[in-house]
Amino acid sequence: MDNIKLESSKLIVAGVVDRNTVPELKKEVQHLMRRGEVQSLDLSGIESLDSAGVAFLECLRQDLEEENPQLTVVAAPLPMLKIMQTFADRADEVEKPAKVSIFESIGEKVEGAWLQLKDAVFLSSEICWWAVVGVFDRKGQKKGSFTSAGVQLGYDALPVIALLSFIIGFILSLQAAAQLKIYGGNVFLPDLLAITMVREMGPLITAIIVAGRSGSAIASEIATMQVSEEIDALRMMALNPIRYVVVPKFHAITVVMPLLVIFSIIVAELGGIFIGLQMLDLSVTTFITRSINIITLKDIVISMSKSIVFAWLIVIIGAHYGFRVKGGAEGVGKATTASVVASIFAVVITDALFSLFYLG
Amino acid sequence: MAMQEVKPIITIRNLKAQYGEKAVLHDINADIYEGQVTVILGASGCGKTTLLKNMLRLHEPVEGSVKFWDTEILELDEIEFNNMLKKVGMLFQNGALLNSISVMDNIAIPLEQHTKLSRRIIEKMIRVKLNLVGLSHAIHLLPSELSGGMKKRAGLARAMIMDPLILFCDEPSAGLDPLTSASLDELILDLKSQLNMTIVMVTHELASIHRVADRVLFLDAGRLLFQGTLDEARVARIPEIDTFFEVGKFE
Ligand SMILES: Nc1ncnc2c1ncn2[C@@H]1O[C@H](COP(=O)(O)OP(=O)(O)OP(=O)(O)O)[C@@H](O)[C@H]1O
Ligand SMILES: [Mg+2]
Repeated sequence: MDNIKLESSKLIVAGVVDRNTVPELKKEVQHLMRRGEVQSLDLSGIESLDSAGVAFLECLRQDLEEENPQLTVVAAPLPMLKIMQTFADRADEVEKPAKVSIFESIGEKVEGAWLQLKDAVFLSSEICWWAVVGVFDRKGQKKGSFTSAGVQLGYDALPVIALLSFIIGFILSLQAAAQLKIYGGNVFLPDLLAITMVREMGPLITAIIVAGRSGSAIASEIATMQVSEEIDALRMMALNPIRYVVVPKFHAITVVMPLLVIFSIIVAELGGIFIGLQMLDLSVTTFITRSINIITLKDIVISMSKSIVFAWLIVIIGAHYGFRVKGGAEGVGKATTASVVASIFAVVITDALFSLFYLG
Repeated sequence: MAMQEVKPIITIRNLKAQYGEKAVLHDINADIYEGQVTVILGASGCGKTTLLKNMLRLHEPVEGSVKFWDTEILELDEIEFNNMLKKVGMLFQNGALLNSISVMDNIAIPLEQHTKLSRRIIEKMIRVKLNLVGLSHAIHLLPSELSGGMKKRAGLARAMIMDPLILFCDEPSAGLDPLTSASLDELILDLKSQLNMTIVMVTHELASIHRVADRVLFLDAGRLLFQGTLDEARVARIPEIDTFFEVGKFE
């Protein structure tokens, strides 16, 4: 490379020194410096410079001076000197934030999780309080928000829920039918499907879909409002952001979720009926009467209470992540993802607790 | 001097604010007087917005006291504080309009929520306020259809809709052309003289400071360097303030 050479302990840098040539130059310098001490640095042949080139030259000079404090420098031509002056590094080095050790970071995580849980408990009590107040006193809530939230949470979710519930009803029945046929238990398919759907799958699938669709929407809406100071603006208008934004959604989801669960169960039954007709020679009437007869009041109570609890979890978790967002657009994305993960997790855990409680 | 006759409407004592571990405001002591325009000055990032937010409990101060009309607001409960907020308006640095609803609905929020006025009267009031900020043509637009300066003016209309006694403005004229900016200054002077409104604003525009400021608070890196009238600021011989006015002159 002819841009850089070492002649009798004089290091000559010449030609074009910019962001394209610097990587090469840097490699070359490392070679050359191993060959012997450098007494002087000659920059007089430089023809073109950019800020990467200036940074490179500054680093080079620092390194050389470290090895040989008596280093002499032959200056670059005047236009190049001007460029070097403009891009000279005059800022003080700012201390990097200290790296935390792994134990510290685990400690911080645990503490953080504890604080988060405390926050979440406070927030949920506040949401529940205003939700109860809000039933009697609509003041302080966003106008028309209950209806629009109802449509967004419920009506818009119907196609997805229908499709998934049908497929799940279909698959459950398909698997069960294969086994039942062996033992001649054809007539038990409706019982099995009805109980599974009502007690477990209906609430669970619906909750997971709603968490993915609407929990995320709630988190991102609130997070966006938080980072663009809309929440602060609401406060300044003497409004309670929880009451204004969260409560209408809370009411809407409380009404809509049980309906969605019922819808999901009915559609799944259709999937089951399809299999019953095709594989097990069951008539539609037997299927329906057996399904209805096997379901007890207790099953319905469990199903509905599950669906409402799941709904509340989704709204509270979405709001929680929305309100504690940090940073700008990136923070909104993080908050949204975190809220979906957390609400699905919470739904599954709560479902397990329900099962233990009712079976035990 | 006239200043001693007016009484402070807001007093801030030993106010200290932090974001996490990072201290942003140290020991601020300041007074804001009734019926005056108080301008908060200082370099970008020195804590002006933070000071406004901590005065209004949008961010809880670590320690100190903030009194509005001789009432310690940091100790008020939510209902009392909300009642106080109804007498206060704030324009945020970026307007902070609710993004999902139109300009008109944004401005209507405080009236719809806190009064029983009919829609017809509300709409009339909105038109008047939008006209004051020169934005009557944008009444039905969504915030996403407005430019930065228009958002700010719509935000100002919203801040004024309840006819507040104290109006806070965070950089009302930043990003506006000189003409619009001058007309906003006119508006602020009108609000002061016609309605005896107290105005606290953050701004960098020297021209507008000269036009409107009765008093200035000068912040530097989270400390209050100076408070007083512009004339007092000029003779105070504080290097940071002198450079601020010197450099600005040539712009
Ligand atoms: N949400 C936040 N989290 C952490 N630090 C913050 C936050 N907001 C502001 N800061 C810090 O607080 C300091 C003061 O910020 P502030 O927004 O009050 O500045 P400002 O004086 O309003 O500046 P500008 O004129 O640019 O609006 C800055 O150094 C900033 O780094
Ligand atoms: Mg600011």
